Amino acid sequence: MTKENNNHYDVIVIGGGITGAGTARDCAMRGLKVLLVERHDLSTGATGRNHGLMHSGARYAVTDHESATECIRENMILRKIARHCVEETDGLFITLPEDDLKFQSLFVQKCGEAGISAEIIDPQLAKVMEPAVNPNLIGAVKVPDASVDPFRLTMANVLDAQLHGAETLIYHEVIDVLIEQNRVIGVKLRNNHNGETINAYASVTINAAGIWGTLIAKMAGVKINMFPAKGSLLIFGHRVNHMVINRCRKPANADILVPDDAVCVIGTTSDRVPIETCDDMRVTPEEVEVLLAEGMKLAPSLGTTRILRAYAGVRPLVASDDDPSGRSISRGIVTLDHEKRDGLAGFITITGGKMMTYRLMAEEVTNLACEKLGLTKKCETATTPLPGSEPKEETKKYSFSQKAAQGRHGTLNESVDRGDVSSDALVCECEGVSVGEVRYAVTKLHVHNLINLRRRTRVGMGTCQGELCACRAAGVMCSDDKGAQKAINDLSGFMNERWKGMQPVAWGDNLAEAQLTAKIYQGLLGVDRLANERRVEYYEI
Amino acid sequence: MTTQTQTQNVSVNNFEQCLKCSICTVYCPVSAVTPLYPGPKQAGPDGERYRLKNKEFFDEALKMCLNCKRCEVACPNDVHIGDIIQAARIKYSTHKPSLRDMMLANTDFVGTMASPFAPIANPILKLKPMKAVLHGVMKIDKHRTFPDYSSRKFESWFKKEAAPTQDQYSKHVSYFHGCYVNYNYPQLGKDFVKVMNAVGYGVHLLEKEKCCGVALIANGMPKQAKRQGKVNMNSMRKAIAQGHPILTTSSTCTFTMRDEYDHLLGIDNHDVRDSLSLATRFLFQLIEKGEIKLAFNEDYHKRVAYHSACHMERMGWVPYSTRMLRMIPGIDFVMLESQCCGISGTYGFKKENYERSQAIGKGLFDQIDEVNPDCVATDCETCKWQVEMSTGVPVMNPISIIAEALDVETTRKLNNLD
Repeated sequence: MTKENNNHYDVIVIGGGITGAGTARDCAMRGLKVLLVERHDLSTGATGRNHGLMHSGARYAVTDHESATECIRENMILRKIARHCVEETDGLFITLPEDDLKFQSLFVQKCGEAGISAEIIDPQLAKVMEPAVNPNLIGAVKVPDASVDPFRLTMANVLDAQLHGAETLIYHEVIDVLIEQNRVIGVKLRNNHNGETINAYASVTINAAGIWGTLIAKMAGVKINMFPAKGSLLIFGHRVNHMVINRCRKPANADILVPDDAVCVIGTTSDRVPIETCDDMRVTPEEVEVLLAEGMKLAPSLGTTRILRAYAGVRPLVASDDDPSGRSISRGIVTLDHEKRDGLAGFITITGGKMMTYRLMAEEVTNLACEKLGLTKKCETATTPLPGSEPKEETKKYSFSQKAAQGRHGTLNESVDRGDVSSDALVCECEGVSVGEVRYAVTKLHVHNLINLRRRTRVGMGTCQGELCACRAAGVMCSDDKGAQKAINDLSGFMNERWKGMQPVAWGDNLAEAQLTAKIYQGLLGVDRLANERRVEYYEI
Repeated sequence: MTTQTQTQNVSVNNFEQCLKCSICTVYCPVSAVTPLYPGPKQAGPDGERYRLKNKEFFDEALKMCLNCKRCEVACPNDVHIGDIIQAARIKYSTHKPSLRDMMLANTDFVGTMASPFAPIANPILKLKPMKAVLHGVMKIDKHRTFPDYSSRKFESWFKKEAAPTQDQYSKHVSYFHGCYVNYNYPQLGKDFVKVMNAVGYGVHLLEKEKCCGVALIANGMPKQAKRQGKVNMNSMRKAIAQGHPILTTSSTCTFTMRDEYDHLLGIDNHDVRDSLSLATRFLFQLIEKGEIKLAFNEDYHKRVAYHSACHMERMGWVPYSTRMLRMIPGIDFVMLESQCCGISGTYGFKKENYERSQAIGKGLFDQIDEVNPDCVATDCETCKWQVEMSTGVPVMNPISIIAEALDVETTRKLNNLD
């Protein structure tokens, strides 16, 4: 029997990626009553599967002026409002002997036109600034690229939405769009943990489901032409570079290397894939080969650096409206007012765009929603810092793990218990995650299982990939949670999820480590025998 | 295939080879006694990833590391954990060496200054008011006693008493005596000369010898250590050119010059390393090859307990010294379980480290009490100070025990010297 959610919302936002989270925040800040729904965990789609690059816009300067302008504007905004999610690394666009140096002057000119500061650097100086860079470079341009943590950014947006009264339901999947007289009145949700169904109602429903938005639209009986483009990336065990390194040429495969947290990421490839495959992306050996070969051209030491994982995301590319061939694809922001476009009121789709421009996308779609609801309050997301990024003097002397936690939660780190032996004990040694931080995440950050915990805290994201931390984290969650069997199942699912990313790059020390992990979890703990169910959430893409 | 390069993964001090098994932490003597030290895995390869991200992740708690290298011995995947930690201290520590640290580290300079005043300096350093001053002002722990300074340096003795007779031998070695032999305990050097001469080797000093620098590295003065290291390497190259192997009687000096020079100070020593050895190892190898023979006094009796110094463990050279000692018929040999004594050179002298230092060594001291030997044998001079202070049992270098038990006349005959 389907339950009824008796609340009537102004807005239901579908999709717990960065766009949905940003939209929920903006709507809530304008005083709307908001419900954010997500079928799996926050940032499981393209949001959690990209470079973590905060584009300066330089990459698009030559080919797409509009995107470039949007990027640099948002780049400067995020530095202010999302301080704790951003690392101001700067970026280099390098020209290699096989590239045309003439492109550099066009590039610099176009950057200037888009308002992106692009400074030509002597190649010798570039080598000093970034010792990992290919020493054969013949040209370099410095731009204000940076690195951004999409998990943190999404969480911070959700937290702020909640602070402004929004409700969040994760593991709630839209299985139907409720329509009355050419108006979307709400959605039917299935709780993916227990199978219960719930109806929730709103004046406006915003489809912010990324590539899966095409399926949501289908439920509402409207058609959006989307072209899933798979992008694969490799994560290396530690940082080899401190600045973002790009190739100064037209965008191509594997030409960006980003330092993210304690690792660095090379990507991406780009291939059209069928929508049916988007829930289970696998990285192929050919893609690994391309990423590594091209990556070594940016930073030769990648060739001999340990690769931790391979992963792939799907870009939600949208065909320009009503172009059935899909030839003219835009990377720009696409807001579809289905009332105007399809005669279906109360339904808006926000798609296209990039993680970089999520805030602008949210602003545009919220403007439209407000217009429909007759509200005139202005957007304030560009000037209000996200929770964790409020300006605050940092005077405290922190230990390694406290510093690491400070980086992850910003000023919210104050809420993490510390100072006693049991809170300070480390769960994850690679990433410095303490018991106190795990408890904080479990109580405050929508953590239902170990994979959620990983996205909130980096547990299991270090070089051991869960070898030592997963069982400890399961132990902490177990004592705070619902019993041993759930923890065992959770552990089994988590280790399988870790292996999925290691498998395409399983050689050398990574393989040795995986074998040791298997020995511990299967041989010593017998987790594979004790786990009695395999739930879909563990295999969420 | 590009991916082939991946199988030749290279990383500084093998930090990426860490499989996170945590065996190093189990064997860390510091982790065993205090939760305040992050342990070798965390301080080493784990911390290194974050330090590469931002130097602010350097944790001053790393100064609790003894640099015993027992983590490296334990590591199944050849990660140079101790080197990672020491290198991080050199690179990132903002802590400036204090006057005390400089005094402790400059064994050369302080020894040179103290030797002429040994008759006055030794008793003064033992006086309670003096210790109170050192404890309060210098932060040198009051429980510690500085090793006595010798009024005559080993070098002076050697030049006058030994040097003139060394050319009569057909085979020759150069001796790196180290600061302890030179300023504090020349007897060990004399014992060495006695043994080497008895088996037909003439002993020579290096053209120029500087302190190996181990205490400088530990106290945050790597630049000076590097300068001194280069002097030593150049002197050794000259000795090697004359066909001299270079021998020492200190495991720590040897280890520092063979391994730390290259790993921590960036001194290229590859052409010297193999010629630099500990005297017991050199002797053992000659005996194995049948090139020399030793004879011992029949009436020599001693119950000897051998303590494996940490750097002996790291070099894997413990068996050379113990098998040499076991050759002496009159020795009742007891092997102590390998454990750090806790002093780690100048570490244990510092007030802030004293209690930890003694807690680390406690297991060893208890063992020695139980075994109740006539003396403890070890190849490291600072272990000697620690064990003597903490147990009251005298400690001897294996070379001194060999010299004491040696029947010189018979040995000379066996080696066709007379």
